[in-house]
Amino acid sequence: MFFFPFLQVEQVKLIDRFSTSNKSLMGTLYLTATHLLFIDSSQKETWILHHHIAAVEKLALTTSGCPLVIQCKNFRVVHFIVPRERDCHDIYNSLLQLSKPASYDELYAFSYNPKQNESKRLQGWQLIDLAEEYKRMGVPNSNWQLSDANRDYEICDSYPRELYVPRTASKPVIVGSSKFRSKGRFPVLSYYHRDKEAAICRCSQPLSGFSARCLEDENMLHAISIANPAHHYMYVMDTRPKLNAMANRAAGKGYENEDNYANIRFQFVGIENIHVMRSSLQKLLEVSGTKALSVNSFLSGLENSGWLRHIKAVLDAAIFLAKAVAVENATVLVHCSDGWDRTSQVCSLGSLLLDAHYRTIRGFMVLIEKDWISFGHKFSDRCGQLDGDPKEISPVFTQFLEGVWHLTEQFPQAFEYNEAFLLQIHEHVHSCQFGNFLGNCQKEREELKLKEKTYSFWPFLLDEQKKYLNPLYNQDFSQKLVLLEPNTASFNFKFWRNMYHQFDRTMHPRQSVFNLIMTMSEQNKQLEKDFKELEGVGVGGRMSLERCLFKIWLGFVRTRIDPTGDGSAYHRPQHAHSVTTTRRFLCSPLNWYLASLL
Amino acid sequence: MEFAELIKTAKVENVQLSCPGLPPIKGTLCITSHHLLLSSQPGGHGEQGTVELWLLIRNVDAVEKRIASSLGTITLKCKDLKVLQLEIPGMEECLNIASSTEALSSVDSVMMMYPFFYRPQSMKLKDGWQLYPLQHYYQQIASETSAWRLSCVNGDFTICSSYPLAVIVPATVDDNVLKKAARFRQGGRFPVLSYYHKKNGTVMLRSSQPLIGPNRKRCQEDELLLSAVLDGGERGFIIDTRSAQAAKQARVMGGGTEPKSSYPRWKRLHRPLERGRPLQESFIKLVEACNDTSLSMDRWLSKLESSKWLAHVKGALSTACLAAQCMEREEACILVHGAEGTDTTLLVTALAQVILDPDCRTLTGFQGLLEREWIEAGHPFHFRCAHSAYSHARLKQEAPIFLLFLDCVWQLGHQFPFSLQFNEHLLLVLFEHTYASCYGTFLCNSEKERCLCEVKEKTHSLWSWLNQPSELKKHLNPLYTYNALVIWPSVEPQSLQLWQGLFLRWIRSSQYLDEAWAEIQRLVTNCEDAPEESAGRTLCHSQPDAAYPLTITGTANEG
Repeated sequence: MFFFPFLQVEQVKLIDRFSTSNKSLMGTLYLTATHLLFIDSSQKETWILHHHIAAVEKLALTTSGCPLVIQCKNFRVVHFIVPRERDCHDIYNSLLQLSKPASYDELYAFSYNPKQNESKRLQGWQLIDLAEEYKRMGVPNSNWQLSDANRDYEICDSYPRELYVPRTASKPVIVGSSKFRSKGRFPVLSYYHRDKEAAICRCSQPLSGFSARCLEDENMLHAISIANPAHHYMYVMDTRPKLNAMANRAAGKGYENEDNYANIRFQFVGIENIHVMRSSLQKLLEVSGTKALSVNSFLSGLENSGWLRHIKAVLDAAIFLAKAVAVENATVLVHCSDGWDRTSQVCSLGSLLLDAHYRTIRGFMVLIEKDWISFGHKFSDRCGQLDGDPKEISPVFTQFLEGVWHLTEQFPQAFEYNEAFLLQIHEHVHSCQFGNFLGNCQKEREELKLKEKTYSFWPFLLDEQKKYLNPLYNQDFSQKLVLLEPNTASFNFKFWRNMYHQFDRTMHPRQSVFNLIMTMSEQNKQLEKDFKELEGVGVGGRMSLERCLFKIWLGFVRTRIDPTGDGSAYHRPQHAHSVTTTRRFLCSPLNWYLASLL
Repeated sequence: MEFAELIKTAKVENVQLSCPGLPPIKGTLCITSHHLLLSSQPGGHGEQGTVELWLLIRNVDAVEKRIASSLGTITLKCKDLKVLQLEIPGMEECLNIASSTEALSSVDSVMMMYPFFYRPQSMKLKDGWQLYPLQHYYQQIASETSAWRLSCVNGDFTICSSYPLAVIVPATVDDNVLKKAARFRQGGRFPVLSYYHKKNGTVMLRSSQPLIGPNRKRCQEDELLLSAVLDGGERGFIIDTRSAQAAKQARVMGGGTEPKSSYPRWKRLHRPLERGRPLQESFIKLVEACNDTSLSMDRWLSKLESSKWLAHVKGALSTACLAAQCMEREEACILVHGAEGTDTTLLVTALAQVILDPDCRTLTGFQGLLEREWIEAGHPFHFRCAHSAYSHARLKQEAPIFLLFLDCVWQLGHQFPFSLQFNEHLLLVLFEHTYASCYGTFLCNSEKERCLCEVKEKTHSLWSWLNQPSELKKHLNPLYTYNALVIWPSVEPQSLQLWQGLFLRWIRSSQYLDEAWAEIQRLVTNCEDAPEESAGRTLCHSQPDAAYPLTITGTANEG
């Protein structure tokens, strides 16, 4: 079945929101089942996935037409002027509907078809294997084992089936503990540090109210504590501000009473909740989206938004966690309220500081799969994939990526991946193009039969990994460090321009060291290869080695010459848009139609 | 005056030196007429007899002392922004060292400064001084057009005390006209050529404000001089670096700005740029904020904002872009001035040239630009850089205009990492040497003063040191390729960054960033050997001779 554009409007103007000149692009706007497409007079295409649309706004009619502002979840903001109000109204209404699907089966992932054969698709879903990952960490072992308590999601439906718990925690203890925890999310293993024999565990808040106790829960914590043979105390980190945790007591929830649990050290770390984070990002975007912004309003807006304060809080918490494990050899139990937002942030960032594996491309995928996807971070609700409660939307995962980005800035050689990798993940967490991030938990994903009906994101990301390699990555350096210890003095935190303005090209450095280095490091590798080959040829090969060096030098010079010639030449890590665009272009039936016209 | 009179205690044993981020060192402290030296002793971390500190006393901006029983602590806050602590046994010794350092660092007489005493064996006096005269720049212009001439009307500095001996003026205007026009401009700074844009033959002039005064005086010669710049029906732009209101108010004091009626072919644009005390205060506030590592995020951002430093960076870059735009896009000639024409004026003209002219982005070109547009053009370095951000002294004429220029150049380098031939290290060296140096290049306020003090005869030039191959190597950008295009920077606040390499240089460890940079250099030069130190943390300021291993680095003192 072919989807023709069901809406086509000519003479639409696209305005650059930051350009100081009032230049605009004239073109035609199409709406397809999956994308909004704008083709300007120079045939340049702008594709916007409906799922990426966060908000559509129709502004007051002007003399040149009716302005339509579309804000996207990947922070693209497009400003159209539609000549006739009626057309504008049609586009507006269609987009409102299209951007907020009512059910999962309307999501792009279910119609996305990259023309890959079935066995390859299935293989793709097996790329990341969490059992392997726990094995890599060194579990099961004499202290930790796989529990079958949740094999059929019977005690916690937002947890995965496979959970690792201390060997000494019996089934009744697990069941009892889960009944004493919000949403049944009892303490389980998130990361095991092989050398220190210390663990990072995660759970939700206890239903302690003002005085309630639960013997099984106390036993559970004790079991976790003694699973670390070297140690006689463990940390319990409540990632919420103390006030919030106290308020929860009135609702029969709350936090651990140090008197009731043997040998715990309790600690609040004060990360704000999803609502505070949502409005913080809102404020940040309002400020950064202002035209002709002064430095002072930018900085005071940045301050008022609180955004960097929150990022710092998350990183500080992760450092506290990682230090407890690496320096004190202590086991840490992390929770917040439900244990799927702040807990995921802190556990995953903490592991990233501790384990060089998570600083590799594959390792990072595993980390997201483990601490975010499998432990039930509610991607669907937090990203607003379906038409639902807007109060559930929150940039929790974006904050995690930003935390990682800040680490890559301070440790340029410690990460195998680059910024483009983080941006691409962010793009697809919201695109609903792949099955990985649909739904809120593993159980829901199984019910949606995602592994049968959709494609996994990871193999696609891995296929393109050349684009995501950090040319400065030094594996030895990364592994040598037992613990990444970032400096979190406030001046280290910067506004992440390449995330929040990734589509505002005038704002970025006009030349990218990164791209150049990437090209050169590839050329160096090629040179080494060529050199080896030539050495095989023997003495006669020397002449051609020189020629080959010259060729490489030429290529090197070329990459550095400004290609556009107008001084606005602009090199930036390509966020794989060209490739994804091409792929999207070929996948959507409309595009087959359009392509046949060309 | 004898330096010896100022030195009461010349030598103290068992002094402990500490600096944030480095292990403390114990040693013998000596004070000489120009330097504080600390050589380590056994039992300390350093090797015996190693000179661990070689600090030019001129570099000391503020001395703070604290005495507790018999142990005194002196905190030396340096002009290059580093902070050192000396723990000195003995109250008297401590007080003596502190007062000597204070006295020696505030010697105001130029002829008593270190450059006049500094005689390295490897260098010859006179070298480097004649490298970049304005004449050389004039020859470049003369090869393109005959519309300009070199005038020696200021040959004895009587027409304008802050101009050099020779200036470039329209060929059709004779010296008598210049003399009269000079009387109509503050400080005699009549309009002269600052930059010739080869691409389209437009020029940038600079001057000081016209002395319009309350009675709306006119000067035919000044009008003639300016209209001689414009061909036929051409129009030009005047960029006034004050607000329209400030320019108007200046009339009360005898100044003002060119009225439309007397200069009908010139369109005035006002772009207020901060200078003088507000700029100095901005610098002080920023440094204060950077030095407080315990600030919460909100406090940090609000202090960064209230320092206004980045706003000044944005203002300077935008105005320079405006000037560049007038020439490149509007193909019009421009005149830039503020009030005196020695501060914001030079900031704008120099920056605009870096943006427009690829020749100014090479190492030699940039040195030539500094020589022409800052030193010869009469930026009063001696006044502006007398004190840095820590001084408790009453501020007089201090203002970090040149530092602001360096920051803007750094922003350009940050946005166009392949287009500048020099690197951040050069900018840092220039910053240090404007405030305290063993070279004479940035001494005095004008060419006239430099002549009187015989700076070019009796001191060494910074350039001749910088241009030695071994030094040169450290200041080159390995990513550089010649880029013939104009480099238009983004001036959005999201695109401007705090210059961490300068403002946080002594505050946070840059080990991982330095290593990454070394890796970049390795990849680019494709050689096996790791390159030499980058802009790291060395405590020895401009070491006089290569005979001593003078650097303190984090690794050198371990074990």
